[in-house]
Amino acid sequence: MRFFPLIWTSLWRKKARTIFTVLSILIAFLLFGLLQGVNAWLNAFGAGSNANRLYVVSRVSQVQPLPSAYLHQIERVAGIHQATYIAGIAGYYQEKSNNLLALATDVKAFFALYPEWRVSPEQLDAMGRIRAGAIVAAPLMRAFGWKIGDRIPLRTSVLKKDGSADWDFQIVGTYDVPSSPAQANRILVNYAYFDEARVLERGTVWAFAVTVDDPTRSAQICAAVDALFANSANETVTQDEKAYVQGQLRQLGDVSLMANAIVAAVLFTLLFLTGNTMMQSVRERTPELAILKTVGFSDRSVTALVLIESVLLCVLAASLGLAAAAAVFPVTAALGIAGAALPFKVVAAGLGMAAVLAIASGLPPAWRAQRLVIVDALAGR
Amino acid sequence: MTALVSLRGIVKSYIRGKQRVEVLHGMDLEIRAGEFLALMGPSGSGKTTLLNLIGGIDRADEGDLLVAGEHINTLTARELARWRAHHVGFVFQFYNLMPLLTAEQNVELPLLMTHLSKAQRSANVKAALELVGLADRASHKPAELSGGQQQRVAIARALVADPVLLVCDEPTGDLDREMAEQILDLLQIVNREQQKTIVMVTHDPKAAERATRQVHLDKGRLIHADRGVAA
Repeated sequence: MRFFPLIWTSLWRKKARTIFTVLSILIAFLLFGLLQGVNAWLNAFGAGSNANRLYVVSRVSQVQPLPSAYLHQIERVAGIHQATYIAGIAGYYQEKSNNLLALATDVKAFFALYPEWRVSPEQLDAMGRIRAGAIVAAPLMRAFGWKIGDRIPLRTSVLKKDGSADWDFQIVGTYDVPSSPAQANRILVNYAYFDEARVLERGTVWAFAVTVDDPTRSAQICAAVDALFANSANETVTQDEKAYVQGQLRQLGDVSLMANAIVAAVLFTLLFLTGNTMMQSVRERTPELAILKTVGFSDRSVTALVLIESVLLCVLAASLGLAAAAAVFPVTAALGIAGAALPFKVVAAGLGMAAVLAIASGLPPAWRAQRLVIVDALAGR
Repeated sequence: MTALVSLRGIVKSYIRGKQRVEVLHGMDLEIRAGEFLALMGPSGSGKTTLLNLIGGIDRADEGDLLVAGEHINTLTARELARWRAHHVGFVFQFYNLMPLLTAEQNVELPLLMTHLSKAQRSANVKAALELVGLADRASHKPAELSGGQQQRVAIARALVADPVLLVCDEPTGDLDREMAEQILDLLQIVNREQQKTIVMVTHDPKAAERATRQVHLDKGRLIHADRGVAA
């Protein structure tokens, strides 16, 4: 601590330069925090998946439709406990920024397949009575101020027989997913109503959700289902829930690779920026460093002072950047991207990288300070 | 009095471009403890080089250099740094204070490498600033002080670790006559009352008159040594 005033005042010798360097590092680590936070969130996606659940999708791609008639054949495969189909309508409510996805399914079977999704039996019964009914995720109800009985118009690109692409659903219930609140972001509607009303791709679905009696036999069951449709016009891929969810994410591209590449490029640039700042700072302070050596500071002490200054600069700025990133995630949650957060291991990795950056960029100026010859420095040589 | 500084056959040369320039040619000199020695001579005579060798901030190529009981030419860089911290105080022509540190932080610098506690360091700094008459300017930065005051802070910094030897390189060279006289008064007080041995490089004959002995150099050789007329 006795050296702190010396290090701190050296750091702020050129205020504007230090502020701009701090801002550069701060923004770089804000970016690092955000990208790695999202990355960690994506990697953790599906971690809480149900081992009993399988998904059957098209072998071509997860967005390629399959015939809904496959359901009966799938249900007959030995070891399958229950199955249902899932289709979807993507659209928006009032404003284009209010993107929503309605899943068209056999709602009763769906809730049986997803016991962790909580809905009241009365509301589920209401879905059987009201063909254009919808069960809406509780967070969406709160976000849009909806209440049961409201009619919600959904503007989509899915054409109806009446020529319109606006779908009108009546809210008959709400659901929650206490074990994984991030999943509670959909609207569930009756597949029968949806399929009957649409013009195109009738009789098709996006996927089939299946539960099995014994998850240890999942691999054989997956193979048995896919064998049913081998060499057909619509071949299938059956996989467990975790693989399915991560497969959906892969549709976005290799997010992890992209995030790491961006962070690497930014940090590489930062290395030169910080190194240049430290080198300039040490060059300007040559006579002062010579005086420190004159009054008894050893070469090693002066080297340590320069390195500590570099570490202080980088770690302080990186901490501010990571703190800003941590503060952004609650805001994104409020905007509907729930579940993303800055994991501790990302914070620790960020601070570690800041320390490595500081030492790497501080070494050349520290080496210069160490080799500084007092009489030459005092004589301005 | 015994010799605090003893130089025997000191040779020092520098590389300038591709040439080796010998600055001191086998110099012998003794400085007794408690002396106030003025080193005089024309520019390029080797005064500052000699001062730097005595202060341990440069090394002789040949010869034996005994200062305060230590053959300093044989010490490692680390040992020499520690030796300087305990035995020598430095005063320069252009003060060489840290511009962003306050007067008391500047004076404290040599103590940072010691094992003194914060309270002990503060007490020493206060005493050094009182000695140079700047206790009331402790929290001022160098830019807020006059040239004479800055040199007083530099003297306080040189004295704060209680060294046996003060080396001063043109300490009045950047000051007007009145300020210079005040600084010389202070150095005399330090020499007489604190029994500090002082080696001062100067061009100024009036400043040299304050010393107890004058030594003249020319072209890297000692040409003669006189008793000064100490005021």
